[in-house]
Amino acid sequence: MSERIRTIIGKEWAEVFKNKMVLFTVLFMPLLFTALPLIMLGTMSGAVGADAGDMTDMPAQFARACVGLSSGECMQIYLLNEFMLLFMMMPLIIPITIAAYSVVGEKATRSLEPLLATPITTEELLAGKGLAAVIPGVLATLLCFGLFVALLPLVGVGERIFAYITGPTWLLAVLVAGPLMAVAAVNFALIVSSRVNDPRVAEQLSTIIIVPLLAVLFGSLAGIIVLNVTNMLIGILIMVVADVALVYLGARLFQREVILTRWK
Amino acid sequence: MIQTEDLTKRFTKSKKEAPITAVDGLTLNVAEGEVFGFLGPNGAGKTTTVRMLTSLIAPSAGRAFVDKLQVGKDDQKIRERVGILTETPGMYERLSAERNLNIFARLYGVKDVPGQVEKYLRMLSLWDRRFDEVGSFSKGMRQKLAIARALLHEPRIVFLDEPTSGLDPEAAKLVRDFIDELKTEGRTIFICTHNLDEADRLCDRIGIFKTRLITVDSPENLREKLFGRKVVFHLQAMLPGLAERVRGLPAVKDAQVVDNRLLVSLEDPEAQNPGIVRALVEAGAGVQFVGELRHSLEDIYLEMIRQEETH
Repeated sequence: MSERIRTIIGKEWAEVFKNKMVLFTVLFMPLLFTALPLIMLGTMSGAVGADAGDMTDMPAQFARACVGLSSGECMQIYLLNEFMLLFMMMPLIIPITIAAYSVVGEKATRSLEPLLATPITTEELLAGKGLAAVIPGVLATLLCFGLFVALLPLVGVGERIFAYITGPTWLLAVLVAGPLMAVAAVNFALIVSSRVNDPRVAEQLSTIIIVPLLAVLFGSLAGIIVLNVTNMLIGILIMVVADVALVYLGARLFQREVILTRWK
Repeated sequence: MIQTEDLTKRFTKSKKEAPITAVDGLTLNVAEGEVFGFLGPNGAGKTTTVRMLTSLIAPSAGRAFVDKLQVGKDDQKIRERVGILTETPGMYERLSAERNLNIFARLYGVKDVPGQVEKYLRMLSLWDRRFDEVGSFSKGMRQKLAIARALLHEPRIVFLDEPTSGLDPEAAKLVRDFIDELKTEGRTIFICTHNLDEADRLCDRIGIFKTRLITVDSPENLREKLFGRKVVFHLQAMLPGLAERVRGLPAVKDAQVVDNRLLVSLEDPEAQNPGIVRALVEAGAGVQFVGELRHSLEDIYLEMIRQEETH
């Protein structure tokens, strides 16, 4: 990583984390997303026995995936899968806010022109700003997932549920799909940030990237989409393509001249 | 050090609207070590010119070379070699002065980052405030910090866009003295300014510009071209017929009376003044003082802009 990219990352973090509210959000949101499934599992563990529960309301596609599990475990996994999406969303939320502000914020404070007057290349600038946004979100997610896994035995989760959460579907979702989505979201937010003049507009427009994830969430709730390894791999492949396209587009659409001369 | 050939910049707002020409066929040469003042009214295209010369924006036509590197082809190298104080020098408000300079020193690839940062913070009397957030700085302090930022990598060419704009007289003087110091270091300095007195004091040559270059010369030559050279003779009393008598002298182009003063237009005052003083004394006039009438750069500027507008 070049010195200039490291400098931009350091600068972004120094600026962002000076704001105590941002720091609070970075810590609070992932902790909340971690606590929610734990609370749910804790309250369910007493109520759901090995053969408790009724599978008839379960989406058929999902029920087929529950072969070998008790109805109670199946119910827990079904609900946990929705929380898996929260873990995938976790590395997006904070980075989107940081990235959405990063270019338009510099326009607003008039610090962008001196920055662009340095020998930094567009790719270095975007890489620095992108990584500065992605890294805290992904790190917070990984830490929270670690905490989540560590606390699972304390909320009375059975071996098979524990194995499921530490199995390939969850690991692919949290360790691969989530960070890939964060990269896509940040690049999208940077594109938006470099093309609007108001930080609020940038933030609002950037959150559009969450819509596909919400579609997956509702699809999963409705039983249309089943979150299994195959579907996760397909999703990862799509995200890789989207990441490459958005990184390429971001660099192409970041036009220094337009940014400097069209903005008043 | 800076050469432009028919440098032009047009902006197109939309496909339906005709492009706006901000800079029209600018041909200019700024020599190494020269302090060049770029004067013009608001919206004349001065900032656009600086942005082109610092490789921030691309020319629409023509060519420009900065330290023999071509704008549009060697942009990154140009940005490494020039320093720029932008018109509105934004800073990272939440970060300290030292941190701000550190960031830019690293981006410019400065080898001794702490050393250079300390050098310029001390030079601009900001060392004691180095750990303070820039957000708490006065406008003068910010401007000084922005100048330090532009010089951290020791560029041989420095572009200063309105360096003393909005500063109180004390801060403006400090900045001017600092520019004077840069001049003695042999750096090429390109200053855009509205402060004509400042340009007069600092610049070796000035260019008056309004979308296109109206004129370029030293302030002295411009004065001479526009107004000629005039000498003021302060007399004890204005004698009748004295102006006519002076007008009749061979070297005199014109003579006017203003109160007890005689304003005489001459080609070569150094050679012709003694003869005129002699003639005045012979005519019975009591000469109190003799001095050259200097038109301010403001007079020159306003006259040039007026002429441009009437064309």
